[in-house]
Amino acid sequence: MSKEVKLFLGPNHPGMHGNSSVHLYVEGDTVVKSRLVPGFLHRGFEKLMERRTWMQNLALIPRICVPEPDINEMVYAMAIETLTGIEVPEKAHWIRMIILELARIAAHLMAMGGIGGATGLYTMPYWVMPDRDRILDIFEKITGARIYHMYIIPGGVRKDLPQGIEKDILEVLDYIESRSDEYENLLLKHRVIRTRTKGLGVLTREEALEMGVTGVGLRATGLPYDIRKVDPYARYDKVEFEVPTATEGDGYARFTLKYLELQQSIRIIRQCIDMMPKEGPVNVRFSRGSALRFRVPAGSVYAHVESSRGEYGYFVVSDGGEKPYRIHVRGASYPQGLYGVENKLPGTRIEDVALWLGTMDFCSPEIDR
Amino acid sequence: MSVYETFKKSFWGPTIAWKRLFTKPVTIRVPKVYREAAPRYRGFHVNDWELCSGCSTCSKVCPTDAIKMVPVDITVEPGKKAQRPAIDYGRCTFCAMCVDICTTGSLNMTREYIHISDDPNTFFFLPDETGIHHNNPPLGYQRDENSDLLDLERVEMEELPGEDRVDSFIEFVKGYSREQAIVEASRCVDCELCIDVCPANMDIPRYIESVYRDNTTEGVDWIYKTNPLPGVCGRVCTHKCETVCSIGHRGEPVAIRWLKRYIIDQESTEDIIRHAKEEIVKKSTGKVAIIGAGPSGLAAAYYLALMGYSITIFESKALPGGVMRYGIPRYRLPDEALDKDIEVIKALGVEIKCNTTVGKDITLDELKEKYDAVFLGTGFTTGRSTRVPGTDHKNVLMALPLLEKIRDYLRDPENAEKPPIPASLIVIGGGNVAMDVARSVARLQKMEGKKINVKVTSLESMEEMPADLEEIVEGKEEGIMFFPSRGPKEVVIKDGKIVGLKTVACTRVFDEEGRFNPQFDESDVTIIEGEMIVEAIGQAPDYSYLPEELSEKLEFVRGRLLVNEKGQTSIPWLFAGGDIVHGPDIIHGVADGHKAAIGIDEFLRNKEG
Ligand code: SF4
Ligand code: SF4
Repeated sequence: MSKEVKLFLGPNHPGMHGNSSVHLYVEGDTVVKSRLVPGFLHRGFEKLMERRTWMQNLALIPRICVPEPDINEMVYAMAIETLTGIEVPEKAHWIRMIILELARIAAHLMAMGGIGGATGLYTMPYWVMPDRDRILDIFEKITGARIYHMYIIPGGVRKDLPQGIEKDILEVLDYIESRSDEYENLLLKHRVIRTRTKGLGVLTREEALEMGVTGVGLRATGLPYDIRKVDPYARYDKVEFEVPTATEGDGYARFTLKYLELQQSIRIIRQCIDMMPKEGPVNVRFSRGSALRFRVPAGSVYAHVESSRGEYGYFVVSDGGEKPYRIHVRGASYPQGLYGVENKLPGTRIEDVALWLGTMDFCSPEIDR
Repeated sequence: MSVYETFKKSFWGPTIAWKRLFTKPVTIRVPKVYREAAPRYRGFHVNDWELCSGCSTCSKVCPTDAIKMVPVDITVEPGKKAQRPAIDYGRCTFCAMCVDICTTGSLNMTREYIHISDDPNTFFFLPDETGIHHNNPPLGYQRDENSDLLDLERVEMEELPGEDRVDSFIEFVKGYSREQAIVEASRCVDCELCIDVCPANMDIPRYIESVYRDNTTEGVDWIYKTNPLPGVCGRVCTHKCETVCSIGHRGEPVAIRWLKRYIIDQESTEDIIRHAKEEIVKKSTGKVAIIGAGPSGLAAAYYLALMGYSITIFESKALPGGVMRYGIPRYRLPDEALDKDIEVIKALGVEIKCNTTVGKDITLDELKEKYDAVFLGTGFTTGRSTRVPGTDHKNVLMALPLLEKIRDYLRDPENAEKPPIPASLIVIGGGNVAMDVARSVARLQKMEGKKINVKVTSLESMEEMPADLEEIVEGKEEGIMFFPSRGPKEVVIKDGKIVGLKTVACTRVFDEEGRFNPQFDESDVTIIEGEMIVEAIGQAPDYSYLPEELSEKLEFVRGRLLVNEKGQTSIPWLFAGGDIVHGPDIIHGVADGHKAAIGIDEFLRNKEG
């Protein structure tokens, strides 16, 4: 009988997805018990929000999720819009969708790079990062920033799209599509990757539902649960796209779905560019007064969107003041990050832990908030 | 669906990357490779010091406390503060909210992409007009109308339309509703620029905030700290504060005056009195006489009464209020608003002896005997004349006595003497008093069933006229005709009756140095027709109540009394304020009264000690 050893994966470890720590108890090469130790990254986001004005929080919330900050802006804006009963202008809906889908592509590319990294296939991150950078270039042109855009605001978006940006976006989409063969060959058709991920970290539908796992984790069990379809926001009900699903529920299925979703995002953005009104306002003020004194009517609301990692939501309570009374963030990574790590890692081999975390798309800041 | 079959295993999969072995890497080597940032890039900040008012709104909106306002060595003008934002890039999130809220548009962001320095202190800097790295970086992120975080439009004040309001002397400004007041109050950015400009240094942002928080009771407290005539000032103050309000740089200034009125209109006189009484802080002994129940006299009385002094005001007119009661027309300042303010002052035990003219019914020497100190707030009571030929005609009147007559008549039409209501009137002057006369007579004409026929002529051009713009605009709406840039030459009299005013073109009012030095074009002569003329070219003080030996000891500067910063004249027991010190302006009078109260208290305590 081998001895049980305790190993620390993270917080600063190349195999760790963000600054969390997983304590692994291993016997030989196999994990027998695992504990997530969060708290190394941001802490107190939700409390910080209660101390800032509604407007100031726009600079804080994107930081909850670095790879895909825009979803925070979106759910926050949606929550406030519901509380104020404000109608977002048509054009803003389409711009928001473009932003969100670009962000999804960027996040999926990064996740694919992460899977490459966890399997020792470093070419993948080396390729996806510069490709992702092209999307960041687009963000820079639209919002003025590459990562923290602070662009989707309550009432619409902060500025209209710059002239001619549609052409730039289409060029980037074409480019990413032109890379498809290479991505597929390098990652999805790769013998080693397939061998390493097939049958890895199988999550059954029952398990996923019980834990609250959404996103590709759930869709890989055959359930086409996607907020964009089940509770469409913006103008997702006006565009055509598919929600890819799989039945295997394993690591390979999950990252393949990510890749397929990336293709769907490209499809959505192209439709948005076609269908978006060329003219018209891009925001309405949700309250009169200076930003220092914006107030949101009292009430509570839960707003949710489909992030690249699953259902992402904010439960917002306003007491009618200039600051939120309470905001609770439902991070998509929370179930798989917390329950998943503790329930599903035991039985896994050590070298597969990083891969499991990668295919589940575990994102620390969504847990440390 | 099985995804295993979607992508079939490829023999070449692992080797696909090799073909890129010799392609050029995309690495950017900063700072050697120049990377042009996008036109909207949110880089470092630049601040145009000329435009910047030091309002500190950027630092208030900053979510990370990255902006600190630091004192700078510049000459301060009204509406500006000698401070500028310093930005700590260790904290900045580059959100650009400071740019979006900047009240003047002085703050912008550059397209600078990198900042490399061995010195960590360079990450905290004071922006100046030369840019951060002194290299005139191209501008990046700038605010536009979509991203603007200020509310530039004022909540419109409901007023009776011109054609309706000229039918009566009813107050035509309706006042804000609760909702409107709260929205208007929410536009304030709490920059405090208004405080310095307000002669009474009212804590405007605080009372505006109380409106925003729907707590007008608290608002009353803030107002009364420096101004016991809010009902009056909330209606007719010259609102200098609004001229510097930082929102006014790019939009309409906060309606400070109407918000003050809103607060006071919400609270009952009894409640205000209760508050005021709670403020009586210490019991001092001593008696102070105040001459004139105008703005300065009433203000001085209020604050002295709070300090516990026993106060008597001597007022020559039948009712207290001075210019507020007898000068300003009812449609702008109804008696009820003034009475409410005076009620509070009287409730503190201030005695107002009306119909008592100092110098006639009681002498200043007697006051000196009976009281420990005397405050003069006698105001400007006499009019100035153009002295052109014909002004001695009985139908050439002075503005103030006419306004007084009109107010007396409106108050008590049965017993008061009816003011003359000519079929056509010419008003000489371009100030607010001229507007008051013109608009009052227009109303009387209308009420008498006559056609409105009032003409205003002034030396100044339409743009230069000293009257408030709103007075001119409203006057026009009410049917007043304007004849600007004309100088009176002679009253034209035929068969003993006035038929008009001969005027010549005024080509210039002020000389290069800005001094009053009108120039005329004698060849351009016009006769403005009218049967009555009112001269409203300015008012002057009447010091006839001052005994000669006192007059000799007092110092005057161009007709005004010279006092120190506590309102004390060169005679220690004699204090003064208001028009006779600062010229005609209610809020100056209030401020003077407050200052003098502090001065008198100090003087009396020193005397006791
Ligand atoms: S950009 Fe944002 S964080 Fe930076 S100084 Fe301006 S308001 Fe503060
Ligand atoms: S009223 Fe105007 S000047 Fe005064 S604090 Fe508010 S914004 Fe500033």
